[in-house]
Amino acid sequence: MHIEIDKDRCIGAGQCALTAPGVFTQDDDGFSSLLPGREDGAGDPLVREAARACPVGAITLSEDE
Amino acid sequence: MTDLTELSEPVSFPQDRTCPYHPPTGYDPLRTARPLARVQLYDGRPAWLVTGHAVARDLLADPRLSTDRTRSGFPVTTPRFAAVRDRKPALLGVDDPKHRTQRRMMIPSFTLKRATELRPRIQEIVDELLDAMIAQGPPVDLVRAFALPVPSMVICSLLGVPYADHEFFEEQSRRLLRGPTAEETQDARDRLAAYLEELIDHKQRQPGEGLLDELVQQRLREGELDREELTALAMILLVAGHETTANMISLGTYTLLLHPDRLAELRADPSLLPDAIEELMRMLSIADGLLRLATEDIEIAGTTIRAGDGVVFSTSVINRDEDVYPAPDTLDFHRSTRHHVAFGFGIHQCLGQNLARTELEIALRTLLERLPGLRLAAPPEEIPFKPGNTIQGMLELPVSW
Repeated sequence: MHIEIDKDRCIGAGQCALTAPGVFTQDDDGFSSLLPGREDGAGDPLVREAARACPVGAITLSEDE
Repeated sequence: MTDLTELSEPVSFPQDRTCPYHPPTGYDPLRTARPLARVQLYDGRPAWLVTGHAVARDLLADPRLSTDRTRSGFPVTTPRFAAVRDRKPALLGVDDPKHRTQRRMMIPSFTLKRATELRPRIQEIVDELLDAMIAQGPPVDLVRAFALPVPSMVICSLLGVPYADHEFFEEQSRRLLRGPTAEETQDARDRLAAYLEELIDHKQRQPGEGLLDELVQQRLREGELDREELTALAMILLVAGHETTANMISLGTYTLLLHPDRLAELRADPSLLPDAIEELMRMLSIADGLLRLATEDIEIAGTTIRAGDGVVFSTSVINRDEDVYPAPDTLDFHRSTRHHVAFGFGIHQCLGQNLARTELEIALRTLLERLPGLRLAAPPEEIPFKPGNTIQGMLELPVSW
């Protein structure tokens, strides 16, 4: 899975890191980022929930070709 | 689905709750009118009331809805609110792009990581307050002894506001959010602003260690914020930081005490607490009435919201949308409460939500642990709670143990 985070749109609510803490974290500025080694979502079913939890729709998921 | 145009009389919004943890019974017609209904505000003006969960998420994230209360036609729900429409509060009263600049300055201080770092300090505050309460002995008003001081002390510590001044700013917050007259609301805002301006002056001369000190040292000095904007930010952080969480602690405790089976379940398995807190936030929806103004025509759910229309989000009704939360009036710690809108949605979603969750978790867990015999010290129906036109919560909560 490919996970795209639009940092321009991110408001640092932390919903992604709260929902799927195995994949998302917040960087020092508070913006959403992916944990090292988990950039592909690591098969975590919570990734979809995390994307849906984002209040500003900053997370886009796409299946790898 | 009921078409609201079929309803004979317009439903007025807001109304007082009959039970502090359920939406007002007067909203019953609105609960069957999803996803949008028409309501009448106190000044007789009509507004859209958003009642459906999916539409609420779409609209709260829609940049065509403004939170700028100084715009003409902005929906006004109380005379008190009308009195402070002349100035926008920081963050929640400001649209992008200015909102974005303000929010970005704040988010590093309100991340999950930051909330975790504050845990020991929050635990210390909670322990000290419970020690004092236990030493005093029952009955105690839990609002004054615990629910209000916990978040008040935490936000003071975070911001660098001296807690010694708490009586002053708690009183002004109370007058600002539910003063009996418009003049009082305005006066409270002016006094709080004057207090915070003086505090900012003091911090310029003698820097301390809170978030306000950082903002003074970095943002004010660099010219990224002016004094007026910094004062507005300090005010919103201080008021929102203690009033909302205090209400969740008091009303959450009341709700648990009136659901003895759920409380027993929680005591038996404290690992349920994070889910229980989300469910309480969904059910209590204490910020019930988020206000917006349409700046363009918006086609949604087969309806057109016209530019200039007021749009109000009833979080208590939205969070009980049966399509998303089956048996929505039942307190259930095993349901999926994901995606409730108790903290709002879109760019204005609560900045302090991670801190609020942490405070609630530590406060409720420690309260239940330390006081296994916690009970109400008055008949539940006699305990006063807040009117419908402000943040919901208990006015008093007499408890014994």
